[in-house]
Amino acid sequence: MTAADTLGAPSGPGPYRPAAGRTGAGLLDLRPAPAAASRARMFAAQTRLELILTLRRGESVLLTMIIPVGLLAFFTAVDVLPSGAEKSVDFLVPGVLALAVMSTAFTGQAIATGFERSYGVLKRLGATPLPRSILLAGKTAAVLAVEVIQLVLLVAVGFALGWDPAGGAGAVPSVLALLVLGTAAFSGLGLLMAGTLRAEATLAAANGVYLLLLLIGGVVFPLSKLPGWLRAIAEVLPTAALSDGLRDVLADGSGPGVRNLVVLAVWAMVTLGLAARTFRWE
Amino acid sequence: MAEILAISVTGLVKTYSARSVPSRSGPRAESSRGPGRRGRRGSAAPSLRPAPFTEVSTTPATSAASAGRGASFDGRIRAVDNLSLSVPVGSVTALLGPNGAGKTTTVEICEGFRRADAGEVRILGLDPIGDAVALRPRVGVMLQAGGMYPGARAGEMLRLVAAHHRHPLDPAALLDRLGLTDSAGTPFRRLSGGQQQRLSLAMAVVGRPELVFLDEPTAGLDVAGRRTTWELIEELRTAGVTVVLTTHAMDEAERLADQVIIINRGRVVAVGSPAELTRGGAEGQLRFRAPTGLELGKLLLALPDGTTAHEGPVGHYLVQGTVDPQLLAAVTAWCAGNGVLAEDLRVEQRTLEDVFVELTGSELSS
Repeated sequence: MTAADTLGAPSGPGPYRPAAGRTGAGLLDLRPAPAAASRARMFAAQTRLELILTLRRGESVLLTMIIPVGLLAFFTAVDVLPSGAEKSVDFLVPGVLALAVMSTAFTGQAIATGFERSYGVLKRLGATPLPRSILLAGKTAAVLAVEVIQLVLLVAVGFALGWDPAGGAGAVPSVLALLVLGTAAFSGLGLLMAGTLRAEATLAAANGVYLLLLLIGGVVFPLSKLPGWLRAIAEVLPTAALSDGLRDVLADGSGPGVRNLVVLAVWAMVTLGLAARTFRWE
Repeated sequence: MAEILAISVTGLVKTYSARSVPSRSGPRAESSRGPGRRGRRGSAAPSLRPAPFTEVSTTPATSAASAGRGASFDGRIRAVDNLSLSVPVGSVTALLGPNGAGKTTTVEICEGFRRADAGEVRILGLDPIGDAVALRPRVGVMLQAGGMYPGARAGEMLRLVAAHHRHPLDPAALLDRLGLTDSAGTPFRRLSGGQQQRLSLAMAVVGRPELVFLDEPTAGLDVAGRRTTWELIEELRTAGVTVVLTTHAMDEAERLADQVIIINRGRVVAVGSPAELTRGGAEGQLRFRAPTGLELGKLLLALPDGTTAHEGPVGHYLVQGTVDPQLLAAVTAWCAGNGVLAEDLRVEQRTLEDVFVELTGSELSS
């Protein structure tokens, strides 16, 4: 039975009638049945596709997985970085975790979102029942999922290299708080760029900022090696706050440090607030 | 049956600053436009696409865009200029016009993508921006180009949009119907232009909407792709879906549309069924080829009152009026008297293209 059979006469004369029943493809029921799906279904579909696309992009895997693991393995093995009494792997794991969060929430997300904007994806999805809040929630969930993969990978490699974290199970809430705040701050920064700059400019800027924050973010060598003025700047940047906080918890066994939490929270509020205001969907 | 309106647009105005004319949504296959004759009247070349972000004074494309859209005194371009139209529920309406006529701007205002400067727009009785949440499930949209994650496979993209709707069509069946089954696993950026167009069409209808906007649904399609698309549009109509499509292909409008709305320079210049539009005005016409520059004023002296004549593309002449044996004889006699050999002389019914040329002074490139 085709759509035409189940309907009454169409609402007016027309020059042509559809060719019914050709090659078994006349089975589509095109009669209107409009309704939005549940938010849960939309969220699941959006998250799933965002995650698949992220993991499918070679440059994204390089950025979020291979570079952090490579840095951790390289600097542990060659030990060019004098870091006092502690083992270099104990110093490196927190910094590389911070780098991993930055690469996913900031660099990867900014570049992907910038190009989605320029390709009209965000505009097109805006014409479906998908609310923007669910679109963003899906992106965030995909970022968090990638971060979980990174975390598992880096912790496993860290242990294999003889990492001996301090703090025990008591460190977990502090680490999670830092990772969540860091993700929010970096996502805000990434979306701020992606929503205002051209895709090509976002690509360049996101990579530039990534490199800068890698160098002065306390990722592979401590901020104390920097000249005083540069250190003062670095300390209020999110990467250093995240790597410092993680190092306080995982290497020193202390709390995450109020200043680090405050720096991340301020970055998160400012960048997310600005992004929400300035984001252009086309 | 009282006509219920799916779309009602009254007095729509949309201007852009000269420097920010919206670009087309993405690169298009120029070959799809065919080698069509262009610019029958010198500088009037509305088939050129507007070139955004270029100096107004330096590129012909931009000045053509300005000429095509009517720049107002303050330097803003009136893309849509006091345009009104209505679309009955369950009909297929074709917005017909050259590039730059304001079709896409009009459609994008109806879709809620752009805000009108003035005028009233009701879509299914609702406001396209204010009531967007209520409208989105009910309205399917096909953009001119783009709108896909470049790395997503065709099947993934369609399933994503299907997941936004409660009672979607089966994505696999829809892909099959549009001849995309073999491409379901191909990333969007590797699909051919025609495959991208068909996927975009699929995304517009997968949610089983009441109303679909199809912006140039067959641009860039080969013959088979056009036929597939046309058949789907006809089936949508049979199923009670209201369809609004933009096109500059005459045959498409003539075949599909219950209502054709001819738009030029942001205004509606004619509305009617294809039959109504081609029946109005002259009863017939005569075409012939001859050397360029015939003195048509003198020709008209030899013909009955109410007959018109003009030179279209160089050396192609069109005489419109009551075409009867006397007219034919008069034209050939006049040519003979002037030592001109009229070649390819033929009597024709008016086509939609003739109506369009008559109304707008420009040709559709198709």
